[in-house]
Amino acid sequence: MKDFILKRVASIILPFVFIYGIYVILHGHVSAGGSFAGGIIVGLSFIAFSTIYGIDKGRAKLPEKVLIFTESYGTLWYGIMGMVGIFKGVPFLTNKLAGIDLGVPGALSSAGLISLIGLGVGIRVASTMVTLFFIMVEDE
Amino acid sequence: MKLRNLLILLVILLATYGTLISVAELPPYGMPDNPVHNQVSERYINRALDDTGALNMVTSIVLDYRAYDTMFETVVLFTATLAVVITLKLSNKGVSNK
Repeated sequence: MKDFILKRVASIILPFVFIYGIYVILHGHVSAGGSFAGGIIVGLSFIAFSTIYGIDKGRAKLPEKVLIFTESYGTLWYGIMGMVGIFKGVPFLTNKLAGIDLGVPGALSSAGLISLIGLGVGIRVASTMVTLFFIMVEDE
Repeated sequence: MKLRNLLILLVILLATYGTLISVAELPPYGMPDNPVHNQVSERYINRALDDTGALNMVTSIVLDYRAYDTMFETVVLFTATLAVVITLKLSNKGVSNK
């Protein structure tokens, strides 16, 4: 697309959309939102960028290697976080039982493993959206 | 062909009758003493903050009480992506090879 106004507006808005998505992922346990919603917002910023500036520039921002890495290790990260419970001698994917300090409710570092797991899920959702978009666009 | 249509109609009517009979037996919607409102939701509402330390109760259920479910939700996402990649990318290659 060669729309001048669209490109200028996108260049102003999209960085904030991206940062807002990261914010929603990281604050999933203290405010509204969560890792799924934040991941969709992060993925949307890349999809909108690729739609407006062209698929090649979008590919340059997020190369296939990075996408493969996040696709593969997002779920594994979740599993590793679950293994913390097993190493402590309690069931898989436990949080309070594993003796992790839950912190002050409302602080960004509170809730133990929940924020770490949410980070993995958010990255996972974002990379899934972007990968599906790239594949379906390039197929045409 | 006509007899087949009649049979289909009969089966549909029987299924509708069965569904309506069982729906009529359901407890009224939104009543506080329904079997849905058992000790599980009570426990979540009363103890979510103590158990998980997360202010957002949805997150504390999705990522702590039901963490196993969410884990395989991400596996579902992975499998869906894998299926799309295999279908679209590999079928393209097959066409170009022919």
